[in-house]
Amino acid sequence: MRALVHRVLPSSVLLRHVLAVLAALVVVVLVLETTSQFRNSQFATMSYYAIAAVGLTVLTGLNGQISLGHGALMAVGAYTTALLLADGAVPFPLAMLAATAVTALVGVVVGAAAARLHGPYLAGATLALAVGVPGLAIYFDGLLGGEQGLRVSSPRPPDWLDDALYFLTANDLTGAKYLAYLGWGTLLLVLLLLANLMAGRYGRVWRAVRDDEVAAELAGLRLGRLRVLAFVVSAACAGLAGSVLAMVVRLAAPSGFTIVLSLSLLTAVVVGGLGSLTGALLGSALLVFLPPAVTNVGTSAGLTGVQAAQLAPFVYGVVLVVVMLVAPGGVMGLVRSWRRRGLRQGGSR
Amino acid sequence: MSRPARHRGLVAGALVAIAALVVSSCGAGGRPEDGEGGGGGGASDVGVTADTVKVGAHFPLTGVAAPGYSEIPTGAKAYFEYVNANGGVHGRTIEYVFRDDAYNPTNTSQVTNELVLQDEIFAMVGGLGTPTHSAVLDFLNGEGVPDLFVSSGSLLWDQPEQNPMTFGWQPDYEVEGKIIGQYVKQNMPDAKVGLFLQDDDFGEDGEKGARAYIDDQIVAAERYAPGNTDIGPQIAALQAAGAEVIIGFNVPSYTALSQLTALRLNYKPQWIYSNVGSDPALVGALLSRFSEGKVTDASLIDGAITTEYLPGVEESDDPWTRLWQKVWDAHGGEGKLTNYRIYGMSQAYTFVQALQAAGPEPTREGIVEALERVGGELRGPAFVPYRYSADSHAGLSGVKVVRISGDGTKDLGPVQVTDNGDADITEHTEKHAPPPPDGIPDVQPVG
Repeated sequence: MRALVHRVLPSSVLLRHVLAVLAALVVVVLVLETTSQFRNSQFATMSYYAIAAVGLTVLTGLNGQISLGHGALMAVGAYTTALLLADGAVPFPLAMLAATAVTALVGVVVGAAAARLHGPYLAGATLALAVGVPGLAIYFDGLLGGEQGLRVSSPRPPDWLDDALYFLTANDLTGAKYLAYLGWGTLLLVLLLLANLMAGRYGRVWRAVRDDEVAAELAGLRLGRLRVLAFVVSAACAGLAGSVLAMVVRLAAPSGFTIVLSLSLLTAVVVGGLGSLTGALLGSALLVFLPPAVTNVGTSAGLTGVQAAQLAPFVYGVVLVVVMLVAPGGVMGLVRSWRRRGLRQGGSR
Repeated sequence: MSRPARHRGLVAGALVAIAALVVSSCGAGGRPEDGEGGGGGGASDVGVTADTVKVGAHFPLTGVAAPGYSEIPTGAKAYFEYVNANGGVHGRTIEYVFRDDAYNPTNTSQVTNELVLQDEIFAMVGGLGTPTHSAVLDFLNGEGVPDLFVSSGSLLWDQPEQNPMTFGWQPDYEVEGKIIGQYVKQNMPDAKVGLFLQDDDFGEDGEKGARAYIDDQIVAAERYAPGNTDIGPQIAALQAAGAEVIIGFNVPSYTALSQLTALRLNYKPQWIYSNVGSDPALVGALLSRFSEGKVTDASLIDGAITTEYLPGVEESDDPWTRLWQKVWDAHGGEGKLTNYRIYGMSQAYTFVQALQAAGPEPTREGIVEALERVGGELRGPAFVPYRYSADSHAGLSGVKVVRISGDGTKDLGPVQVTDNGDADITEHTEKHAPPPPDGIPDVQPVG
């Protein structure tokens, strides 16, 4: 079986990743075309959580730097997008690129400071970022709209795309579905780039830095520069995620980027399994799909609306505790240990 | 890499590409049409069936804004159940779904998607909050969902050309600011006035209204950012400016904070709070929590001035309050009747009026048109009429100024009405009619 897989799959890593992304694209199209508009909008939501989470998993899982400030970096991306899209002169792909670039720039500054800090000090510094940045939006309320935030005119599907998709699928392209396509297209692109990065030299040296700083430094690696680079890559992802968020939510407001956002990204990454892109995807799916599912179960079990709403954060907390107890390596850690056990049994044959 | 390997890769790539094409073109043949809209007999529009009408709303049921506000939908639900138990509207019962957004606009957009796309509600009724609701304003209007009676006094909801489906409900903050301003001008013409404002539309609109009358009396205007609980500097600045009267456009938690801060500074001005921030029961509970039990009730805001547009829970011999008590006793859940539940019931009452006006076959367009045509004539639990017309989606037109006394209030003046901008303030002399005997409005269908 293994031999067969090897014969069919190309040996070039890049090509393999391109193939996987293409296959994923087919799945995404199928899923989005066969699910309801509401599910489409949930997938759109999941896409921006996932973009930020995969960026964070590279930083935390691969390079060993913790960040409690990714929500703030998403805010930078979201506000950049909102400002650029405000008068309709800038096309949205350009706004997305600009949001990514601006956030990467912020990442350079924060990363330079972060590279000098370790453990709880790094957590504290990034926490300050998460608390402070939304306050900027309130302070500069003339430009950034204060507490109410900036409304974003999210892009409408262009006619040619609507026609093309209608030709292919006989479904109309709704606003929700278009945004889901936009989000998932971006996510797949990010996944492709990150998967390559992780499989290549940078992935290797980041891991080396994480596992043993002294050994890495003796091997000639420049720790500071590598740490900053990891932070910048991660920040760029967060900025892009913020840009998608702004377009999906149609708003950039400080109350959308509280410390809760940063923490839920971190929990998504940890629950899924640190350092694993698939794990980050699973974790973001949990963030999006679990609360409404729990609320609905609660309502149908006869709880009042208020009680059902309070059930969601409770169950979320329980899931977190259980994962930490049963599978400290997250879902992907569990999968990996099963696979290893399977291999060992296979080897003894 | 060996040459055959690269070759194999290309072959595999081509295979996948072909597969992708095949799969996506399958979709074109396989699926006929999307199933939009509700089918079935008697369904005149999305969310309407032969025997039900489904409406929804978003509220903060968890998180910092939940105390007080989470009671509003329980009140609305109780009133809808009361109407359903008495035969519904045009033979249809009202299904009411409310979901939690934790006062976070990102969540609001998600739960609104859920309400509109999955629950397929006919209309949004009473969605709460300025930052939260403005996140879904474009979406609701784009999808053509009636967005009725937003639970916020922002001026954003009155833009009939830009947002034809959205209607305000409570008196907007500018109207309230004007009436408070005139009261201060007439009754405390020599007092130095300070403003304590939430730093968003709420404070801004209120300030605009107040300045229209007492611009020359205002000695300081201090703003706070919601979320920042240290308001010492602001209150100290008001004290330093010598303000003898402070007008606060703030939410209940900042009423409590401003009282505790002033107490610490030994500063005793005459406080005037906007209606939003003055519910004695909630402020009392917050005072007790913030002071860690040192202050146990609302006695600190006893004597403060505020405004009112609905009979409150303490006015137990008002016929409207008696109706709400009856409804809550029969259909409410746990807890007592509160001013927030009365607010929810009053919104629900207005929606029942609008639905009756929309006729036996209600449509989304129809209910908006009905409100524009007869909305200005509707009378209900509020002391004043609505300003609804084809050119205005603004809600209630006025308030009366009252003094907080114990858990209730005492009138300081007559009910007054006005409009935004230069409109004069006039006394509203129409008698406040009691509710119909069965407690359910009886509005004739329009057109």
